[in-house]
Amino acid sequence: MNVLASIRIALRALRINKLRSALTMLGIIIGVAAVITMIAVGSGAQERIEEQIKGLGTNLIILTPGSTVAGGVRMGSGSRNTLTEEDGYAIQRDVAAVQVSAPTLRGTGQVVGGSGNWSTVFFGITPEFLEARNWVVAHGKPIEPADIAGSAKVALLGETVARNLFGDVDPVGQAIRIRKVPFTVIGTLEKKGQNLYGTDQDDVILMPISTARNRVIGQGAGRLRTVGSVSIKVRDGEDMKEAEAQIRDLMRQRHRLQQGQEDDFSLRNLSEVLAAREESGRIMGLLLAAVASVSLLVGGIGIMNIMLVSVTERTREIGLRMAVGARGRDILTQFLVEAITLALIGGFLGIMLGVGGTLAIGEFADWPIRLGVEPVLLAVGFSGAIGIFFGYYPARKASRLLPIEALRYE
Amino acid sequence: MTTPLIVTRELAKSYELGGMSVQALRGVSLTINRGEFVAVMGPSGSGKSTFMNLLGCLDVPSSGDYVLADEPIAGLDSDALAAIRNRRIGFVFQSFNLLPRTSALENIALPLLYCGVPADERDCRAAARLAEVGLAERGHHHPAQLSGGQQQRVAIARALVNDPVLILADEPTGALDTQTSCEVMALLQQLNARGLTVVLVTHEHDIAEFAHRVVSFRDGRVVEDRQVSQPKDAAAMAAQLRAGQAAEQIQP
Repeated sequence: MNVLASIRIALRALRINKLRSALTMLGIIIGVAAVITMIAVGSGAQERIEEQIKGLGTNLIILTPGSTVAGGVRMGSGSRNTLTEEDGYAIQRDVAAVQVSAPTLRGTGQVVGGSGNWSTVFFGITPEFLEARNWVVAHGKPIEPADIAGSAKVALLGETVARNLFGDVDPVGQAIRIRKVPFTVIGTLEKKGQNLYGTDQDDVILMPISTARNRVIGQGAGRLRTVGSVSIKVRDGEDMKEAEAQIRDLMRQRHRLQQGQEDDFSLRNLSEVLAAREESGRIMGLLLAAVASVSLLVGGIGIMNIMLVSVTERTREIGLRMAVGARGRDILTQFLVEAITLALIGGFLGIMLGVGGTLAIGEFADWPIRLGVEPVLLAVGFSGAIGIFFGYYPARKASRLLPIEALRYE
Repeated sequence: MTTPLIVTRELAKSYELGGMSVQALRGVSLTINRGEFVAVMGPSGSGKSTFMNLLGCLDVPSSGDYVLADEPIAGLDSDALAAIRNRRIGFVFQSFNLLPRTSALENIALPLLYCGVPADERDCRAAARLAEVGLAERGHHHPAQLSGGQQQRVAIARALVNDPVLILADEPTGALDTQTSCEVMALLQQLNARGLTVVLVTHEHDIAEFAHRVVSFRDGRVVEDRQVSQPKDAAAMAAQLRAGQAAEQIQP
């Protein structure tokens, strides 16, 4: 008996009990659909995180001022103005592992220009900032050391700001006012998208750090040139932990901290945060895959159950087939093919449902998805394997019936 | 010219039933020649069904020898027995045993499925056998769409499809009315006339009288083995019954 004939017999047997076959398949359908959707959603999220790591640079360390303690209450990070521009330059100069170190001043304010009026964030930066943040100027020219020295009133616009102020008009060369201070736009930044926390990174204006301090924020001369943060990029191939330790030592020395005294600054390694997120995402994905596998398993047990019922119901048919010459292995093949057919049809329907569900999630929930061929192949292979695994026992049971007893079965 | 088709020697079968050993067959030695039409008779529990199952290779004897068409059967494994059932023996059952929701042609072709006959040849041979039993136009009907007599004729066509040397009929008329029984018996007689060996199990004397030889069983032994010199003609009786029925319909 060839396989084609077996498949035809199997399809006929499945058609006879349409509802039962459909319900049996449902377990596999749901299982396969769940596996495919989970993998697509999980790997989509993973991909987004990987992209962010790439965008951020895996070797970025952010140095921020520490928190103050006033009357036993911690005031939150950045509440202490201990970090200075000079700290930033010193790190670049004295720590060999550091490629660039960019002190940054942050402020917010209203921007007027072109046809728009927009409230945004601005950063006072040094020329190293873009390199530290893996950012490039899309159009125009970057901020140069001369701009810092002369406190030039020049600005780089993030994509969101440029769009909101100027629409389709090229902003380079245009005049804008930031907190009523006139600036000239010298360039636009490449689009960077949302960061990890969903903030739009393109809603930003960059200007020389000196300009920000002297003309926009208006910090008086003579005071320490404090900064909000220092972005530090460690050289490729250098050990991040080692670099972090060196920066810490230098900062403690510069801030004259005694042994046992707490740091008045904090170092954050963003790639560690991302790695942790990635890890938790991976664990989440594993958990979901486990749940999906359980439903596949349950679906498989459903198939075994129905096949056992089917063997019992069709004992006389088995007896007759044996009487007219079917060998045990013919009967085994017949029922095994039936179980596999059931599982594979369920698998294919599950793939369609899974792909459809995935696309729907991508469309309506705006969730990053990635549909690959591998999970689909995996699902087909898995459902076939389930058919074989859970169909084998009932099929073997059928094949071991004695012809005379099967024929007489009532 | 008579050559033996079936030779049994001291064939015995015992079952274990609830810890007790039941002797269903206590040593049967019988020879059936090619071309014979034998009726096996006996009350229930006489061992006639057990004997049939052994002849049909559906069951294996506890002891004794069985030779079918010069081939010793004892000691063959289940695959070899399946092959013998497939190629040598055609079964006709009391309850027809047709596959439900399966066309008559596919039912007939079933034995061919298990000996590797290609699909178009299967269809061709099944159609030829169906025509032989006079149901050529019913090939695509399912068993549920056929009368009992028609179903039994489909079953006989199935028994014939692989050109067996032996037809084993187990109470083939048990579920049929008198006239249909006569028609089915006429078909078996016709096959026998063409040289096919037929062994028929029945407990009805009327049916046994269509055979050339009657073997009676009791308590697992053969108690009587007689030749019937003038077997009844089933075709003639069927025609007579049909005529009688027609007359009844005209003059109730």
